[in-house]
Amino acid sequence: MKRYSAFAIAREALRFHTGWERAWRSPEPRRRYDVVIVGAGGHGLATAYYLGKNFGITNVAVIEKGWLGGGNTGRNTTIIRSNYLQDPSAAIYEKARSLYETLSQDLNYNVMFSPRGVIMLAQTHHEVRGYQRTAHANALQGVTTEWISPERVKELVPIIRLDGPRYPVMGGLWQARGGTARHDAVAWGYARACSAMGMDIIQKCEVTGVRTEGGKVRGVDTTKGPIDCGKLGIVVAGHSSHLAEMGGFRLPIESVALQALVSEPIKPCMDVVVMANTVHGYMSQSDKGEMVIGGGTDGFNNYTQRGSFHHIEETVRALIETFPMISRLKMLRQWGGIVDMTGDRSPILSKTPVEGVFVNCGWGTGGFKAIPGSGWAMAELMAKGHSPLTADFGLDRFREGRFIDESVAAGVAH
Amino acid sequence: MLTLECPYCGVMADETELTAGGEAHLKRFGPGSSDEDFEAYLFERENPKGVHFERWRHSHGCGKWFHAARNTMTLEVYGTYPAQTSEPPVEIRNKISGIAPGWSWRLFK
Ligand SMILES: Cc1cc2nc3c(=O)[nH]c(=O)nc-3n(C[C@H](O)[C@H](O)[C@H](O)COP(=O)(O)OP(=O)(O)OC[C@H]3O[C@@H](n4cnc5c(N)ncnc54)[C@H](O)[C@@H]3O)c2cc1C
Ligand SMILES: [Zn+2]
Repeated sequence: MKRYSAFAIAREALRFHTGWERAWRSPEPRRRYDVVIVGAGGHGLATAYYLGKNFGITNVAVIEKGWLGGGNTGRNTTIIRSNYLQDPSAAIYEKARSLYETLSQDLNYNVMFSPRGVIMLAQTHHEVRGYQRTAHANALQGVTTEWISPERVKELVPIIRLDGPRYPVMGGLWQARGGTARHDAVAWGYARACSAMGMDIIQKCEVTGVRTEGGKVRGVDTTKGPIDCGKLGIVVAGHSSHLAEMGGFRLPIESVALQALVSEPIKPCMDVVVMANTVHGYMSQSDKGEMVIGGGTDGFNNYTQRGSFHHIEETVRALIETFPMISRLKMLRQWGGIVDMTGDRSPILSKTPVEGVFVNCGWGTGGFKAIPGSGWAMAELMAKGHSPLTADFGLDRFREGRFIDESVAAGVAH
Repeated sequence: MLTLECPYCGVMADETELTAGGEAHLKRFGPGSSDEDFEAYLFERENPKGVHFERWRHSHGCGKWFHAARNTMTLEVYGTYPAQTSEPPVEIRNKISGIAPGWSWRLFK
């Protein structure tokens, strides 16, 4: 792999950009790998990357039915934060956020991490109490967040209206080192680094079956033929129930559509991320100038990557109350992704009833921010059989009633 | 927008008038059942790619709970039926077979 650098740009400029090599190889699958990962979203690719980087396991294939990052990783609104209430959540999301800080250098790929700050608005007394409690919990967890006054909110977000008729802004939970990153680049950067370690990234190859023998995994069937493996990681977000069925076990997951939309590009007007969970909407401004807007999920099972229009209407209506100046903006694009909602709305990083099969799923509406930490923890789980970061996120919690009382992946707060 | 006919009041209701209630025809396992059964009853859903039987409530209408048969891959609605049944009625199953041969859901085909 040729490194990207300022020097490389100058060199290529002088020879008409003829020297850039492909960012990753696209090989045909081999007969056998030590580890096969299903799903080349951020979580699958990060799992493969840290298997190689932290554990020296590089005989790995990542198998993807579509294209790299074509699932939720390339469809999300890219908010990164780690201001959670419960210790297990704060630990894995803060691990992820801190890895994001240096991810571009680590991968030699610009993922455009922008720690511009994230505010979660408190618009009811209940939310005020909730966020103050979270700020205290974060202080104990070593996650830097702060409860801020309405005046400080206005200072940070001049376009906000504090005294809205229904839900005045009563303060906010501020995480100054939260922000955004470029979603495709996260997938591409990990893929390039995996490929450079000798791993095979195999796109347009669907896994159609999981082969087991005596309760142990043997391999997978794919549209490019059977592939044997020692260990299998299933990292397919909204498609997790389907893959689990192939493996002969079940998951506490339901798949629903979550939508987002962007406006026409305008001049810079908001340089932080604002989330308003009471009114179901959140917004940030992309580098291109588009206002990036997200809202709630549909309530019914759906695999179509299309959501219901009335959700868009509700979200936009709420945001216009909070940011009156956006009322004249035209919306450019709308899209949906199929998100994997678990019984307690927290993720699953776990062994399964089949020996050698591991799942990483249930990130629901909020897993982009978790990609580096999730990959880090999942790699440790797959390599060693246990990881401190995944201990509380096992499947057994649903049987034992040890839920994580935190709507981490809940409908709105991404 | 998804529209479903309420089998009680006969209204063709828009999704905004309804509340989704999740997978239908669950067998309840309560106190005294095994941990496996209780876990499956509470959390493990079919979540199929294809035919799905589900509960809905006409919450901004007559208020009744009812059932719908729907496809999660095409969003096609095969029909709705009253809540007082523990399995999908034969007419609905036959209708689905006409449109989507080879379907299955739990023990039903
Ligand atoms: C509209 C929207 C907004 C969001 N906003 C945010 C946000 O602001 N912040 C945040 O943190 N999170 C957000 N999320 C959530 C976030 O996008 C996801 O949690 C995260 O991207 C999941 O990554 P993943 O790698 O697990 O899944 P994916 O990126 O979906 O990857 C799974 C991959 O598996 C592949 N696959 C499936 N079945 C098979 C098969 N049989 N064989 C081979 N491959 C298969 C799929 O094609 C897919 O590429 C949002 C999601 C959506 C939809
Ligand atoms: Zn009715």
